[in-house]
Amino acid sequence: MRVNGVEVEADCWEGESLLFALREKLGFPGAKNACEQGECGSCSVLLDGILVCACLVLAAQADGHDVVTVEGLAEGDRLHRVQEAFLTAGAVQCGFCTPGLVVATADLLERRPDPTDDEIREALSGNLCRCTGYAKIFDAVRMAARDGSG
Amino acid sequence: MDILTPLSLDEALALKAERPDAQPIQGGTDVMVGMNFDRLRPPALLNLNEVPELRGWSRENGTVRLGAGLTYTEAMAPDLAAVLPALAEAARTVGSPQIRNRGTIGGNLGTASPAGDSLPPLLVEDAEVECASVRGVRRISLGEFVTGVKRNALADDELITAVVVRPSGAPQTFMKVGPRNAMVIAVVSLAVSAGDELRASFGSASPRPVVVRAPRSEASSFPDRVAEAASPIDDVRGTAAYRRHALRVMAKRALERCLA
Ligand SMILES: Cc1cc2nc3c(=O)[nH]c(=O)nc-3n(C[C@H](O)[C@H](O)[C@H](O)COP(=O)(O)OP(=O)(O)OC[C@H]3O[C@@H](n4cnc5c(N)ncnc54)[C@H](O)[C@@H]3O)c2cc1C
Ligand code: FES
Ligand code: FES
Repeated sequence: MRVNGVEVEADCWEGESLLFALREKLGFPGAKNACEQGECGSCSVLLDGILVCACLVLAAQADGHDVVTVEGLAEGDRLHRVQEAFLTAGAVQCGFCTPGLVVATADLLERRPDPTDDEIREALSGNLCRCTGYAKIFDAVRMAARDGSG
Repeated sequence: MDILTPLSLDEALALKAERPDAQPIQGGTDVMVGMNFDRLRPPALLNLNEVPELRGWSRENGTVRLGAGLTYTEAMAPDLAAVLPALAEAARTVGSPQIRNRGTIGGNLGTASPAGDSLPPLLVEDAEVECASVRGVRRISLGEFVTGVKRNALADDELITAVVVRPSGAPQTFMKVGPRNAMVIAVVSLAVSAGDELRASFGSASPRPVVVRAPRSEASSFPDRVAEAASPIDDVRGTAAYRRHALRVMAKRALERCLA
């Protein structure tokens, strides 16, 4: 598979998830492991450009496909505008949910550069945050959308 | 454990015949939860992601053929939503964007949970399930396909290849009761279509699929008939009495919505 544009090979136990392979075998700890049952979204990555929970993809299913993790969003030292916006808006407390939210937000803005509040709510409905109470996260998404249009 | 990844339907069927113990995996949104929690350890997994014949949907002389690998996100897209609106509404209530991007109709039928959200909207459209093996292809009604709670009529060497529907074009809708708007397993759900015949089918309220039918002239008694046809149970998500009550209220609203 390709992760963030680089061809990688992992020696996996057959039944393991893409999340486990990324974190434990391939050195991409960005996607977080919390629930392992698709409920929290902290493991969100893009698989062939589609937002998925890496904990629910069999590692072997990603064979021959493109995976983008949060590590792949920044360009060199320059953070992705969604990452910048999360920092500026103070949408990060413990930060555990942040990588998943950043990937989900980047995916939303790719499809909908100027989302309505309902669209933001729906797009992030699979990402749980236990710290911030979501208001700042909303601010960050709106800020990133503005940065993208300006 | 072996991972088998066929690249065509023929190859998939040959592998399933050779390895009837291989568990199919499509989106993995049910299978991987089982794997991650050590509840599921099949001797082999049959990865269907690379089988092109299972993807997407097509029209075939008056019918619509939904590939087993059709995702909820695809079912929500405007072109298909125009043909099967209640299915699109149901798809929109499933899990989260991440789940809808991976979870499939075929996987929902494979799991055959009474809470499966694709079932009621497909049942009111009299959907048929296409099952294939090296022995041949057969179609059975969705109502017969689901034989019990998390049980289906697939033989060991068979795969679900598609769901085939002749769209009624009737006004139709889907409703689901749950504790919040996202990420909920239905406490109870209902699909209603209101053509010349009124039809209703519910989720989480009976062990096997039920379709309630009545002539349009009997619309006023229809909500009661829907509630009576259910055989709900008490569980952590709700009581039987609540489910029956909710079905009556939902059926009334659904009819109002469809007949408006
Ligand atoms: C967080 C979360 C939220 C969810 N929310 C909902 C919800 O709101 N509503 C709902 O209905 N479901 C929900 N689900 C359950 C699940 O997403 C659905 O049942 C989905 O349709 C399963 O599809 P899949 O392709 O991921 O199936 P998989 O996990 O790949 O497979 C499911 C079952 O079907 C079998 N199977 C798959 N494809 C085939 C085939 N072609 N032939 C034969 N057997 C096959 C598999 O062997 C397995 O037994 C949720 C799951 C999660 C993790
Ligand atoms: S770890 Fe994958 S959704 Fe929670
Ligand atoms: S910042 Fe802690 S979970 Fe979101």
